[in-house]
Amino acid sequence: MRLAAFGGIYSNHLALAAVLEDLRQGGSDLAWCLGDLGGFGPHPDRAVAALRSSGIPTLRGNMDDSVGHARGDCDCGYTDPRDNAFAQRSYDYTLAHTSPEHRAWMRDLPECHRLEAGGRRVLLCHGSPRRVNEFLWESACSDAFLEWMCAEHGADLLLCSHTGLHWHRALPSGRHVVNVGTIGRPANDGRTEVWYARVELEDGVRVDFRSVAYDHESLAREMESEALPPEFVETIRTGWWTTCLENLPAKERRAGRF
Amino acid sequence: MERFPAQPLHHLDVLWIQVAGTLCNLSCTHCFVTCGPGERRHPMMSRGEVRARVAEALGMGVREFYFTGGEPFLHPDLIEILEDTLASAPATVLTNGTLLTASRIESLRRLSDESRSSLEIRVSLDGLDAAAHDAFRGAGAFARTIEGLRDLEASGLLPIVTVTHTGDDDPLVFRERCLHALGALGLSRPRIKTLPMFRLGRETTRTRGYAEIESLRDLPESAFDPHRLQCGSCRAVSAKGVHVCPLLVDEPGGRMGERLDQTLTPFKLSHGACFTCYVTGMTCGNG
Ligand code: SF4
Ligand code: SF4
Ligand SMILES: [Fe+2]
Repeated sequence: MRLAAFGGIYSNHLALAAVLEDLRQGGSDLAWCLGDLGGFGPHPDRAVAALRSSGIPTLRGNMDDSVGHARGDCDCGYTDPRDNAFAQRSYDYTLAHTSPEHRAWMRDLPECHRLEAGGRRVLLCHGSPRRVNEFLWESACSDAFLEWMCAEHGADLLLCSHTGLHWHRALPSGRHVVNVGTIGRPANDGRTEVWYARVELEDGVRVDFRSVAYDHESLAREMESEALPPEFVETIRTGWWTTCLENLPAKERRAGRF
Repeated sequence: MERFPAQPLHHLDVLWIQVAGTLCNLSCTHCFVTCGPGERRHPMMSRGEVRARVAEALGMGVREFYFTGGEPFLHPDLIEILEDTLASAPATVLTNGTLLTASRIESLRRLSDESRSSLEIRVSLDGLDAAAHDAFRGAGAFARTIEGLRDLEASGLLPIVTVTHTGDDDPLVFRERCLHALGALGLSRPRIKTLPMFRLGRETTRTRGYAEIESLRDLPESAFDPHRLQCGSCRAVSAKGVHVCPLLVDEPGGRMGERLDQTLTPFKLSHGACFTCYVTGMTCGNG
């Protein structure tokens, strides 16, 4: 069984189109979207419409829960006031530009999903199985913690997103945790491509991350004409995070430019 | 009968380790654990003791460790202790930043590079200039701490600067002010965390302790969110046992037992400090 998973579209409909094309060619048996459809990018309805017509099953991320219920903020879980100010600007824009019909659909999305493949119990979630907006950073989670989380939630393979940085950990017990990354925002690596994960479950677990190029310059121009923050546009053009990065652990922060 | 909310421990995500006990090279006028050069109420923990606590917590699925005191860099084995810990989990050191010699910084950078887990160095500031900071911490402290911060940054360790936020100005305005002041001091990428002031330890004589009304007594159940406070996911260990949180290591009622598995029960939030936590929603953690 070959499973593909991506998260964090963040209204990047051009990256989504490129990922959908990559999936069509990649020969996965099943694909899942781990949530966070809006935020950050322009014209949120475009990505939601494309995702819905693709038929790809989707989880409800913190952003989708907030937009769906018209809550006051995106509940991304930032603590820094500058991060929160930027998050609020993109959330307000997203909420104002998402159709009531899409919002109703978001409200009914599941928060987690379980399946069995290759004799393993697979658990898909947005942040973590216990909290939709928990940040699972690679350098900030001990093996002991990830083992506990998998055991607590009955998972041999855990797939999550939310942070924007992809990673894979094979745990001592044989369990696996994969953060599939996000396709709406590059991975703070100085590259404009975005990332998603493919997992092959058969005689073990093999994980590979796909980087997907898309017309990021067109997206940047759309963002500019929608008067979205220039800091966001810069990230799309350079691949470096400029905002919403204060909760990065030291290692991940050092890998970026800001 | 008095009623206080009871905070359940959902899971032990974070373990605080008071590795240096109450020993410190400074004796700040607001220190909430009343630390100082001759303060040995809580002794230092040995490398073996720390290793045993780390193993105990890993067995419970802990995510990360924080090292405090007093001043952790007074501990002769701190680098080895961090090395032991980073082999299995992320670690943060909370320091006053005055003892960061070149060779220590070099060792920290090596540990950080060798580990898959993050090593965070968190340095406390109580003001954005020498006059304000040294009023709490003693003459010359500011200059040494800023030098320590510059050296950490130069080595790529990207320290977190913890600033006590006592005024009531807007958090964003305060953050920008901190960033501006630190930039003028030559720091280009400071990560800033703000903390409220706790009326504990020496602060109770510098200003005052908690008043009768600063309490969670009779807080309506509907006003209490059991997922908000850090004591729902942390414990603190010292040479004297296991305490509910890093704030109450030296307070009556803060000690919960000898072993971690004896401290899984809910904690009654009857301390004045719990009021500050409740009002501010603060966490002592990095996030
Ligand atoms: S506040 Fe920190 S530096 Fe000051 S005396 Fe207490 S432990 Fe030492
Ligand atoms: S002081 Fe704060 S962290 Fe400690 S027990 Fe009270 S509420 Fe919890
Ligand atoms: Fe999210």
